[in-house]
Formats: sequence, structure tokens, C-alpha cells
Amino acid sequence: MKLDVAVIAGIAVLSVGLACPAAAAADEDTIVLGAAVSLTGKYSIDGQNTRDGYDLAVRRVNEQGGVKVGGKSRKLKIVYYDDESTLARSAQLVERLINQDGVQFVLGPYSSGITKAIAPVTEKYRIPMIEANGADRALFANGYRYLFAVLNTSDSYLRPAINLAAEATHTAGGDPKSLKVGTVIENDDFCHDVRDGVVEEARKWGMHLVVDDKLPPELNDMSSALTKVKALKPDVLVVCGHAKGAVLAVRQVSEKRVDVPALALTQCDSAQIIEKFAKAAEFALCASQWDRTLSYSDRWFESAENYARIFEKEFHNPINYVSAESSAAVLVFVDAIERARSLDRDEVRDAIARTDLMTFFGPIQFDATGKNVAKSMVLYQVQNGKYKVVAPNKWANSTVIYPAPTWDQRP
Amino acid sequence: MGNLTLLSDAPVLNLQLLLDGILVGAVFALVAYGMALVWGVMKLINVAQGEFVLLGGYVVFFLVRAGMPPLPAVPIAAAVMAIVCWALYRVVIFRIVEKDLFTSILATFGLSILIQQLINQLYGSDVRTVESGLGSLFFAHGMVTVAEVKLVAFVGAGLLGALLVWFLRQHRLGQAIRATAQNTRAARILGVDTDRVYAATFAINGAICGAAGGLVAMTWTIHPYSGLSYTVRSFMIVVVAGLGNLAGVIASGAGLGVAENYAGFLLGAEYQTAFVFSLLVVILVGRNLWLMRQRKYLK
Repeated sequence: MKLDVAVIAGIAVLSVGLACPAAAAADEDTIVLGAAVSLTGKYSIDGQNTRDGYDLAVRRVNEQGGVKVGGKSRKLKIVYYDDESTLARSAQLVERLINQDGVQFVLGPYSSGITKAIAPVTEKYRIPMIEANGADRALFANGYRYLFAVLNTSDSYLRPAINLAAEATHTAGGDPKSLKVGTVIENDDFCHDVRDGVVEEARKWGMHLVVDDKLPPELNDMSSALTKVKALKPDVLVVCGHAKGAVLAVRQVSEKRVDVPALALTQCDSAQIIEKFAKAAEFALCASQWDRTLSYSDRWFESAENYARIFEKEFHNPINYVSAESSAAVLVFVDAIERARSLDRDEVRDAIARTDLMTFFGPIQFDATGKNVAKSMVLYQVQNGKYKVVAPNKWANSTVIYPAPTWDQRP
Repeated sequence: MGNLTLLSDAPVLNLQLLLDGILVGAVFALVAYGMALVWGVMKLINVAQGEFVLLGGYVVFFLVRAGMPPLPAVPIAAAVMAIVCWALYRVVIFRIVEKDLFTSILATFGLSILIQQLINQLYGSDVRTVESGLGSLFFAHGMVTVAEVKLVAFVGAGLLGALLVWFLRQHRLGQAIRATAQNTRAARILGVDTDRVYAATFAINGAICGAAGGLVAMTWTIHPYSGLSYTVRSFMIVVVAGLGNLAGVIASGAGLGVAENYAGFLLGAEYQTAFVFSLLVVILVGRNLWLMRQRKYLK
């Protein structure tokens, strides 16, 4: 009997301990941000990258004196939960962050889907959320007032690829109208958006869409779509399917020797196509939110390159854009709170809406729907086993090779 | 419709679709044969089949990363998975054999989630793939290409299937497995140690999955959550082909592969899976009608 009581008491103590990780919320000298990110489940890698980005920015801001509100410096702190990569869990956890842990401000999760699941919650409690990893355009069509995103929306990912092909054709004396475009995408919101952006851009130039295939998420093979590509010969082939899609595309395009003048992909860097395939990945175009070579700078990290160096020293991992954009979200909070001179969430919300900030990640300015309209995407091309920035022109450190040589011409 | 005209304009594309389908189907058939074996002998539907395939893939991945050439790593993956599955039988599976089907489905479903999460925790959710270092073969002025690794997978699957048939027919343990599949009680009365037979069957299935997983890692990609598609496809193949019918399994595996490729080409990839499942329904309904006719005839 005594043992039972002891066990129950122990469990009670433990569960109280587990339920209140944010006892510091009441501390006057700290500003507590809340975040539910995916530390387990299918997004665990990118969830961890998100967390690393948040942590690095918080550490840096605190080292430099914290956030100045009303003449007083306050330290930042983040309360984390693991949403297990599931939608329902993430919404519950954000509710818990707000109601039980009393956080005033929320940092976004990883992925558009999960951001969609929690935006109604932060909206309901009127808690400002700055997210860095939900790029779906649909997020900004709901009239949310408390949602802000530092990254470019997904429709802008591969627009530059179409423009590059059109401009290169024009320069070579050809007619961009004669170009054909093919899209092979995974059937999810993000990739649909990427495709819609590409199709809109192609229409502007008067190009034709000849292949338009949507792969189910569990599909592990795009042979039949590529057979079609081989027959219909599009000039630009756009493949979107997250890391898996990028890996499959590079492998099967090279195996089947599909000759396309431009192969444009998303998430090449997290797919590590250069490391995995070396030569077969040559000439692929890849969309990225950010690159360390860009000449952006700010007062916290100085330059993009310096951010990358600090990150790699801290985490012993190569830099990735997921962490960079996540750090930027923290910086926007810091800037807005300082300008608002208050921790009142509505005042902070208004200050965020008025943001005009340069960061190592790029310029940040929100439109009425909350998305960042100041920054543009970067397009890489794999050249000699390295990612080279080929667009936008302002930051290009190499010229695009278009059309890519056919497989017969490659060594 | 445009795609249909394309096929008649360039008939050589048919060859490409057929080849892709058959080569892909062979690997699925291999996995399905393992599932049929376990199902037939142990009366157990192994929902974790796809995860066993993945584990095999990961073994090959890590062996290759440690400096081993990819092809010799495949038999090692088979051996490792045989041991893993034997151990799994001794720890978990023996408790659910001869229980009702619902219990076994639930238990192996739990096992599949456990394996997924373990892989994810230990190795992360990155997409992995193994470079076989093989090239491609070309026919018809480059219009038809066959990746050599797919050919290797096809031949490997064929050899393994043949080896299995020989084993089940000629080897003493194989005969015991067949006897158990036919009638467990009778086999036991005649002195067959069915517990040992079950353990061996499960280990053989592990070896099959391990080898198939290695081939999958070289042909496509592996990541912790891609197992389900292999489970579902093997289940489908077994349902169509029936238990203990290797020729049927190969035929329905290849048929599934070809049907998928044609559906993907003609209807677009978004309808590929839907088409194949609709086909399954048609086959099952058709077969049921045919059986009903036979029953009537018997009456």
C-alpha cells in the first residue's frame, strides 16, 4: 500500500514537472517565445534545423545584450514542444503554449501543412506568429492578421528558371514562345504552388505546357512520366517532390538519359544531390531561399557568410537555408518588440506589420497578408560539382549554362 | 487521349513501358513471395513487410558507406535480415502465430510503426540511395533505355525465387515448411517441430526482404516512411496470385508493374495508384463471379 502511494506521488511530481517547462514565463527579465517544432517523425531533420536556427539567433541576441524594451534589456527564451510531425498534435501544443505556458509570441513550426494547422489557433488567441517554414501561398489567403512569414512563397520557387530559359533563348536569337515546359510534381500543396508559379510565368512568355504529371506522395518511381518527357521533349522540366523528388529526378533522368535543356528542382540541398550523384547532378537548376554568398548584412550576424560560419562552428553541420530563415524569424521579433517599446501583443503585432528590416537572410517587409515581399528567391545551377548562384542577376556568381549539354556530349 | 496517339505514333515507347514495368514488377514479386510464404505457412499477414525491405536497404546503405561494393552487400543484407527476423520471431511473433488474423495484423502493424520510428531516430528522415556504379543500356537510338541496375535486380530476384523453389522442394526444412503450410496439426503429429519451422519461415522472409531492400536502395530511394507502399503492393500481388504459387506471383508482379507504368503514361501519374487499385477490385469481383459459376456447376 505504501509503495502504491509512493508510486502515485512520484508520477504526480513527474507529470507536474513535465507539464510546466515554462516556469520562467513569469520572470520579468525574459521574453518567452513558444515553438512547437517537429523533433520526431517525418520532418525531424528539418524540424531540428528549424530549432537550431531559432536557438542560434536567441543565443546571439542574448550575447549582444538582449532585447531593449522601455530602457531595460531583456533576454530571449524559447519554450519548445515536439509536434511529432503531426497536424493535430501541433495545434494542441500551441494551444498549450498559449494557455498553460503563457507565451506572448509564437515562432512557426516546420512545413506549410503544420503552419496551416496552427495559424487558426494563434489567430484565435491574437498571438503574433512569425513563421519561417511554411511557404504555401494558401496560408496568406485567409485574412490572418497575426501570421507573418519571412520566406518567399512557394509559387516563386522556380519562376526564375522559366525566365532564365526565356532570356537565354531570346539572347541566342530564338523565340521564347517556341519553348515547351514540362512539370512533374508531387501531389501536395507546396508542389502545386510551385507548379502554378511556373505555369503562370510560362504563360506570360507564351510557352506551351506539354507534360503535367502529379505523382502520389508514396510513389518511388517516375519512369512513366519520364518516358513521356522523352517523347514530348520539353525545354524546361520542373520536378518538385521535396528531397525524395530531387533524388529520384536526378537518378532517373541520368539513368534514362533524358535530354532536357533545363532540369529545375526544389530542395536539392537537403537532398544532397551533388554528394549523392556527383556528375549526374551537373547542370541541374535548384531553387533556394538563401545562400551564404549573398551580400546581405545586419547588426546581429554582420553578413550571410558570417552567419554560416557561426552556425557551422556551433552545430558542426553544414549550413542550410531552413536554419537561416528560422533565425531571421527571431530577428524580426527582436526588431518589432524594440520598435513597439512594449510587450503588448497587439502593439508588437502592429510593429511587425510595419517591419522594414535588413537581415543576413535578406530584406524583410510584409504585405497586408503577412508574407515577405522584399526578398527574392535564389536559383543555383550545379556547375563542376558546386552550387553556383545564377539568378537573380544581382547576386549571380556564375552565368547559367543553357541549354545543358546532352548526355552524349557529357564526358 | 493525346498520350494514346503518342503511343501509336512512337510504338517503341510501348517497349520502354513494358520493360520498366516488368523489371520493377520483379522486385515487387520477390517481396510478395516472402509475404505469401509467411501468410501460407504461419497464417500471418505481415504488415511490417515493407519495413523489413527498408531495413535491408539501410544495411546495404551503411555497408556501402563503410567502403563495400554495393552488389556483394546485398547477400550480407539478406543474412543480417534473416537473423533480425529470426530474433523478432523469438521475441514477438511466436506469441501471435496461430492467434486470429486480427491479432497478427495489429501486432505487425505495431512492429512496422516501431521500425519506422527507430530508423528515423537512429538515422534521420533523410532520403538515402546507393549508387550501384552501373550504367544504362540503350536500344532504338536511345529511345529505349534500361538501367543496368534494374536488370541486375530482375536477375537477382529471379535467381532468389528459383533458389527458394528448390529449397522448398528438395531441402528437408523446405519440405517441413510445405508440410506445415498444408496441415499444421498433421505435420506436428508426424514429428515436425512447427515452432522451428515458423522461425525458419520468418527468417527466410527476412532474407528475401533484405535482398529486395538492397536492390530497392540501388534502384530507387529509401527513407523511413516509404515502407508502406511495398507492403500494400505485395499484399495486392498475393491477393491476386494466391498463396504458394510462385509463377502466379511473378506474373501478377510483372502485370502490376506494367499496369502501373501504362496507367502513369496514359492517365497521368496522379491516377497511377488509383488505376491499379481499381484493377484489383475488378479482378476480385471477376474472380468471385467465376467461382460462383463453378459452385453452381458443382451443385
